[in-house]
Amino acid sequence: MSSIITKVKKKQIEQFIAQDKRLDGRELMDYREIKVEQGIIERAEGSARVLLGKTEVVVGVKVETGEPFPDTPNEGVLTVNAELTPIASPEFETGPPDENSVELARIVDRGIRESKVIDTEKLCIEPGKKVFVVFVDLYILNHDGNMIDASAIAAMAALLNTKMPNYEIEDDEVKIKPGYTQLPIKQHPITVTCAKISDKLVVDPWIEEEQAMDARISMAIDDDFNICAIQKGGAGYLEPKQVLEAAKIAKDKAKQLRKQLDW
Amino acid sequence: MNEKPEKLIDKKGLRLDGRKFDELRPLKLEVGVIGNADGSAYIEHGKNKILAAVYGPREAHPKHLALQDRTIMKCRYHMAPFSVQERKSPAPSRREVELSKVIRECLEPAVFVEYYPRTMIDVFIEVLQADGGTRCASITAASLALADAGIPMRDLVVACAAGKADDTIVLDLDDTEDKLGVADVPVALMPNLNAVTLLQMDGKLSHDEFESAVNLALEGCKRIYAMQREVLKSKYANVKEVEE
Amino acid sequence: MPTFFEDKQIVIPGDLLAEGEYVAGENTYLENNKIFAQRTGLVTYDNKRVNVVALKSFYVPRAGDIVIGTVVEVGFTGWTVDINAPYPALLRASEVLNRPFKPQKDDLPQVLDAGDLIVAKIDSYDRTHDPQLKVGEPGLGKITRGQIMKVTPTKIPRIIGRKGSMISMIKEETGCHIILGLNGIVLITGKTLEDERLAMMAIRRIEEESHTSGLTDRITQMLKTEKGKQEEKKE
Repeated sequence: MSSIITKVKKKQIEQFIAQDKRLDGRELMDYREIKVEQGIIERAEGSARVLLGKTEVVVGVKVETGEPFPDTPNEGVLTVNAELTPIASPEFETGPPDENSVELARIVDRGIRESKVIDTEKLCIEPGKKVFVVFVDLYILNHDGNMIDASAIAAMAALLNTKMPNYEIEDDEVKIKPGYTQLPIKQHPITVTCAKISDKLVVDPWIEEEQAMDARISMAIDDDFNICAIQKGGAGYLEPKQVLEAAKIAKDKAKQLRKQLDW
Repeated sequence: MNEKPEKLIDKKGLRLDGRKFDELRPLKLEVGVIGNADGSAYIEHGKNKILAAVYGPREAHPKHLALQDRTIMKCRYHMAPFSVQERKSPAPSRREVELSKVIRECLEPAVFVEYYPRTMIDVFIEVLQADGGTRCASITAASLALADAGIPMRDLVVACAAGKADDTIVLDLDDTEDKLGVADVPVALMPNLNAVTLLQMDGKLSHDEFESAVNLALEGCKRIYAMQREVLKSKYANVKEVEE
Repeated sequence: MPTFFEDKQIVIPGDLLAEGEYVAGENTYLENNKIFAQRTGLVTYDNKRVNVVALKSFYVPRAGDIVIGTVVEVGFTGWTVDINAPYPALLRASEVLNRPFKPQKDDLPQVLDAGDLIVAKIDSYDRTHDPQLKVGEPGLGKITRGQIMKVTPTKIPRIIGRKGSMISMIKEETGCHIILGLNGIVLITGKTLEDERLAMMAIRRIEEESHTSGLTDRITQMLKTEKGKQEEKKE
């Protein structure tokens, strides 16, 4: 995914981090400034816009009705999709989702699904016949590094903002009534991504750090400090002890961010 | 559709297939199974049956994507339509797209990519039968295929998963344990360099449980690595017997 | 300053071969004062130099190497040749015609067409461009008869033998003319098909048993026995 970074820049970043400093002035364990706005797309049932430094993500949630999956007749459906729109970066091209957008969508999906943000049984309208289908669409508008964490925050904020249409069952048919109910939310997972550079871990890599890094590791942490999803990325490696260190960092930062976001 | 078992681990601590918590499923490895490929390997791991083939280093196609200072690693993880219970469409699913990426990023650290500029190394993985843990078995086979192709490597890559079934941390989950269990943690390792090149997780684990699962998976990796080494050596050992 | 294997033991990629003041030789690499194997093969400790004689490897072009290749494409100004390497080789028309190429007059497929075999020398090669071939020396050019076989490039030195002893012996016993391309392609031209097959059998056997000792004697013996059998058949 990384574009070509000049050797000089890469060395500079590595040298800074070896001395516990970062080029943008942050500490190794500092996140960039986070701004969250909710309800920005009125036509969507839920929406949010997040700025993580200059990385910008908009998430729209659409709630529709549909059939459940055959092996889970009592459960609603959650589906997450991501678009790395060409406006977000000179690297992104038009066309069907490439491996990066598929990976991003699936990482955010796992964070939401495995932590059980939504009690999918509450999305059931008529068992085996009709359920609510929650579409979470991630739109990357500017890529300045760490789309994973930005998207995870945006998706969570959008779900917190989501309203499900009211309904009643009349003559064996589901009729949508006026009015809405807030989507019942049980958990507020936070995903924390660390990049490995100069054999150290730094949180929230910005784009140049992503281009210079050996590897990254993202962990989704729920309200009870359980780990719900992990994804190592990048064509490098981590030592086992760094993996455990990343888990500890994720726990600490999740606590801090959850407080900061007031979730 | 089979009935869902109530418990994955019985009162004696045995799993549905009779294994103890730290037992691997039976494993069989072979190299050099596909004549046309530069390198190849076949793995049977439990009911998983997976073929890996490597072509390269060869000329990069299309030419304009070639990198001037290194080779391009490409990986395609694909499941045959008949590999799973319900026939799967041959078109690549989103899961296959993600796994292709993740497996490529897992094997690449082992290859000296700077040695062959303007070339491409293709890794093809075909899952003929799946029963949980296919990505780990695929990685174990693909790494053997790369070695079989004579491509210079830093180390082999070996992979194994651990997870949580009922209340126990267990090694090497099969399909039922993966679907009904609490968590699954696949890990890939370059054993001599102690380098983790793949790590994923889905489920719910406390920090301590996660640590136990990772350690158990790494232990499984080391056991499987011993088998990889035997199969690479055995190709040579047969020839060595000729010496009188 | 330890070593971790015995001489001529089988090693696999990633095996720690030595630590301390050693030199990383063929198919090994140095990291943090440790020497690791890069390929499967036999480790040899030669004084302070650690090598791995690879079981399998592929040919990487080197200027000056004699190679045997197949013409795969006739282009506008020359031919693309498959030399069994990660890179295609180029033979310029001017190289073959010994004069500048005249597009209107010269018909390249008449000189060399797709499918033709050639013996050539690598004129130049570096990391930034594909290998260039030349054929303007005696013994090089289009191959019109003989048998072709592929062997692992690393075994070619063993087939040659010390001071050419092995290959000379095979040539003598079989009466064949043999060209060994350093890219692992071997051309055998004999008086009869049986002679050619005999030479191929010997070479295949050397490839398989290259790491054993007493090989020259065994191959000589094998050839004499096989020739004896052939003589009997004729009577």
